[in-house]
Amino acid sequence: MKTLGKVFMGIVYAVLYAPLLVMVVFSFNGAKSTTTMNGFSFRWYANLFADRAMRGILANTLLVSVCAAVLATVLGVIAAYGIYRIRSKPLKSAVNTVTNIPLVNPDIITGVSLMLLFTFFGGLVLKRTAVLGFATLLIAHITFDTPYVILNVLPRLYGSDASLYEAAMDLGCTKTRAFWRVVFPGIVPGIFSGFIMAFTLSLDDFIISYYTNGHYNILATSLYTAVKKPISPEYYALYSLIFITIMLLLTAVNVLEIRSEKKKLK
Amino acid sequence: MKSKSKRKISLGSVFINAPYFVWAALFIIIPLGVVLIYAFSDGEGGFTLSNMASLADYGGVILRSLWYSVLATVITLLIAYPFSYVVCRLRPASQKIANMFVTLPMWINLLIKTYCLSSLMDGNGLINQALAAIGFGRLSLMNNTGAVIFGMVYNYLPYMILPIYNVMSKIDVSLLEAAEDLGCSTAARVRRVVLPLTLPGIVSGIIMVFVPSVSTFYISAKMGGTGDFMIGDLIEGQIHNQNSNLPVAAALSTVLMAIILVSMLILNRFSKTDEGGSMLV
Repeated sequence: MKTLGKVFMGIVYAVLYAPLLVMVVFSFNGAKSTTTMNGFSFRWYANLFADRAMRGILANTLLVSVCAAVLATVLGVIAAYGIYRIRSKPLKSAVNTVTNIPLVNPDIITGVSLMLLFTFFGGLVLKRTAVLGFATLLIAHITFDTPYVILNVLPRLYGSDASLYEAAMDLGCTKTRAFWRVVFPGIVPGIFSGFIMAFTLSLDDFIISYYTNGHYNILATSLYTAVKKPISPEYYALYSLIFITIMLLLTAVNVLEIRSEKKKLK
Repeated sequence: MKSKSKRKISLGSVFINAPYFVWAALFIIIPLGVVLIYAFSDGEGGFTLSNMASLADYGGVILRSLWYSVLATVITLLIAYPFSYVVCRLRPASQKIANMFVTLPMWINLLIKTYCLSSLMDGNGLINQALAAIGFGRLSLMNNTGAVIFGMVYNYLPYMILPIYNVMSKIDVSLLEAAEDLGCSTAARVRRVVLPLTLPGIVSGIIMVFVPSVSTFYISAKMGGTGDFMIGDLIEGQIHNQNSNLPVAAALSTVLMAIILVSMLILNRFSKTDEGGSMLV
């Protein structure tokens, strides 16, 4: 039974990683092919760094993701604090339900609904047909990022000790000061994880961006154009770099965690 | 005096809540309303059912999407459940590593993973090249229904494993020991202890796999045959093709939302966890 379990696990991992292995191997292909290997080279990595169009796309991607993550974090923290302070139960559950909509809805619905909103009001108010671009893409990203920030911050707020806040007020703090000196330090870890989550979701999002970006190209949307025809191994090189980086980061985090847990046990 | 201070508090929370309430209304609620407006209007402001009626042509595609995503979800569950079980029986440190390697592929864009998967399974792909090299004939692994289902299972498997594992790993071992002491066989222990306790994880796993599956596009277009396209492909075509038809896209989106809503209601009957909180586990 135990060996059977291990074999099963091995098969699942093998299938899970076979395509990724293909990606890494063919990123070193000497020829422009993703099906036949023809010598080993770094040319796709070199191309990647020399490709100006690609650099532009990467800059666009970073710009949108950083702006969206920062703004979503600000909005999400304000929202979480607001939700935390709502007394009325029905209002609270209504707000929570609305917050869950972008999480539960398929991305394609979120994308299409925002696209229709932008074209509808763009046509009505601005009298323009081409409204989609950086601004609409940014709005879309903030919209799907914010619920994740809220979900990361809210548990921290509920876990914080309300009497500390009251004590600060009793000791003469104003509300704002009490928030910054007592509540805020307690929720910083939640804010940080919410920000990281928002940033990575923005970096990786394809579907919602695809419906709201207009001609503003980011990595995922240009990847979609690329995967519709025989892909350039340049994309393999780029995603291999991403893959290796994330693998190293995750390994480092896990090793550190395992070590600190072992120390605790001693 | 008292009422005054009370008023002040509520004014404060109005200010704090205003930005998010406005944002959520503008970009979460109103867009869904706009979808309905498009779906039920004739372009000149009048109400019409013709967009919805035109979906009759797509009935087959809608049913197919439902069927494919149910299949993919069930297969994913059948793989993820025993997989999580095996992982839970590893040492804690190994569990962490096993989990990490489940999470890692989630960081790589679905489009490129699907492309690489197809390059393995293609007619001239790597698997067939390997088979040819050892003297076997070609397998036609791609451009059929099985390939679409496989593509979805491949991409969404981690989303099923993680919530199930999270719940399963928190089961108190002493419960299992108690069941054993009371005379339960292994099968009975799984059925009567593990299964009920992991139900919330199963439900959120099902949601996290079914929702993207039923709305999938690209996977079906890339890996399926000509008769395998799904609602997601239809919506994409109605928006991004030359002769785009936004009202029909909106009508299709409305149907998709209805499907999701109904399946949520059905699933909620199985889990008594509080709203939404379990969604991410």
